[in-house]
Amino acid sequence: MRTETNEQKLLEGLALNDRKAIETIYKQHYNMVQSLILNNNGYADDARDIFQEAMIVLYEKVKTGSFELNCQLKTYLYSVCRRLWLKRLNQSQRISPEVENLEETVPVEEEMEWHQQRNLDFQVMEKSMKNLGEPCKSLLEAYYLQKKSMVEIAENFGYTNADNAKNQKYKCLIRLKKLFSQYKK
Amino acid sequence: MQEITMLDAIERYIRGEMLPEERVYFEQMRKSNPAVDQMVVEHTIFLHQMSQYGEIKDFKSQLNEIHNTLSTAGEIRETPAAKVVVLWKKYKRVVGVAASIAGITALGISGLVSYLSPKGPNEKLIELSRELHNTQLKLNSVSNKINEGSVNQATAAFKSGGTGFLIDGNGYLVTNYHVVKNATLVEVQNRQGASFKARVLHLDPTADLAFLKIEDTTFKAYGPLPYGISRTGTKLGDDLFTMGYPRDEIVYGKGYMSARTGFQGDTLSYQITVAANPGNSGGPVLNKDGEVVGIVSSSQHDVQGAVFAIRTKNIFRALDDMRSDSTVLKSDSLFNHVRVPLSSPIKGMERQQQIEKIEDCIFIVKSNL
Repeated sequence: MRTETNEQKLLEGLALNDRKAIETIYKQHYNMVQSLILNNNGYADDARDIFQEAMIVLYEKVKTGSFELNCQLKTYLYSVCRRLWLKRLNQSQRISPEVENLEETVPVEEEMEWHQQRNLDFQVMEKSMKNLGEPCKSLLEAYYLQKKSMVEIAENFGYTNADNAKNQKYKCLIRLKKLFSQYKK
Repeated sequence: MQEITMLDAIERYIRGEMLPEERVYFEQMRKSNPAVDQMVVEHTIFLHQMSQYGEIKDFKSQLNEIHNTLSTAGEIRETPAAKVVVLWKKYKRVVGVAASIAGITALGISGLVSYLSPKGPNEKLIELSRELHNTQLKLNSVSNKINEGSVNQATAAFKSGGTGFLIDGNGYLVTNYHVVKNATLVEVQNRQGASFKARVLHLDPTADLAFLKIEDTTFKAYGPLPYGISRTGTKLGDDLFTMGYPRDEIVYGKGYMSARTGFQGDTLSYQITVAANPGNSGGPVLNKDGEVVGIVSSSQHDVQGAVFAIRTKNIFRALDDMRSDSTVLKSDSLFNHVRVPLSSPIKGMERQQQIEKIEDCIFIVKSNL
């Protein structure tokens, strides 16, 4: 009972992007996932990628606010990592027809599908941002992601006034939208 | 410029920064103009995607930071297993596959080499394989004797047919057991085409020998035979020649003794290298002195030119058996008078002359089965 409430608390912390909570989850479960990957044709770097992707799945899930954990966090993370790793092996055509089950698993197919869609959006956005070039990228990031005010941005970027910066920002945004819809196809 | 103004309006609308008056006006515009409405929805979604992207990006960098912190602090261990073990685990399948491919390739190549390499000039290779055979042979020779030569027949590809030659001028012939086995009627035919009825006098399946007697009124007994039957046999490397009927015409073949044992180490016979064809079976193998030193019996289908000849001492042994066999003696009262010639009158003659003398004593053997 105690572990359950503890885990519930950890998830709440995760939803709020609380570093302490993330660190705790990381510490508790990373080694398990690493041995899964290492035992199945993977390297430590793969383990890091897979575990972090699973953490993102979990993070996205708890952020929706409607996520309910029906099993131990350990089992959930293990199941997600296992699916992710199977998929990765499949894509890279590395020889490993079956991944050993070291732990019990729960079905996570729904999560996988959902995550995949979001992951795709993320990658398209990342690519668009990357190809947008400077100063557009930093300008948009400063305004939309870091939520800085236009006055602050104008100062930082050296625009004569906030209106000019704002105009520039919209121009950049239009270009980003174009790139995004282009890559999305 | 108009697009920028529009975007600005949409963003301010989404963030709720519009003055009440402006907001009412904008909402009316959304209702009346679907394009504007569409733009608002699209932009909302796009902004949402952007902020999600930002969140995940932040979260990722945080995860990386945590990972590095934890790994420096030793809270999580990276690459815990020994490197070799990890490598082995990772590549054991690959290694297995590679090993089997290598194995198959090696087999394939050696198969190809042995298949394609010229048999004649590549003496080394053949000698090697023969050595292997010979060791196997010596082991096999024991079982051969137990099996009464059945091994020999079952596995060797016999070029069966039929040739026979006189061992006594009174119409006693030697041929191969396998030429006349199961036969109920046997006929022999000489070089001129005259046929004579013959009877099977004795069969020796072990040595693959058969003794026939011509019992035909038209047959005239020969005087002394031109050749002798050697008791001692022949030596490795001796020049030899054969006479036989692979076709209706008598055919001469020249060769040499090439091994001391026969098929699979059979000690009753030996190997000669000569061109032999079906029909040569039962024909004599003669040395340069015109002595019969063997009886052609079989060839090995996968070794070119390797022909097996039965040692002549088997003839003498069989004759001894027959002399003590009452049924043979009863059926043929003259058998006691059979004298196998030991010396060869044609010794020292030119080969052509030898052949001329010999060919009359060599017959086609025909059996009805």
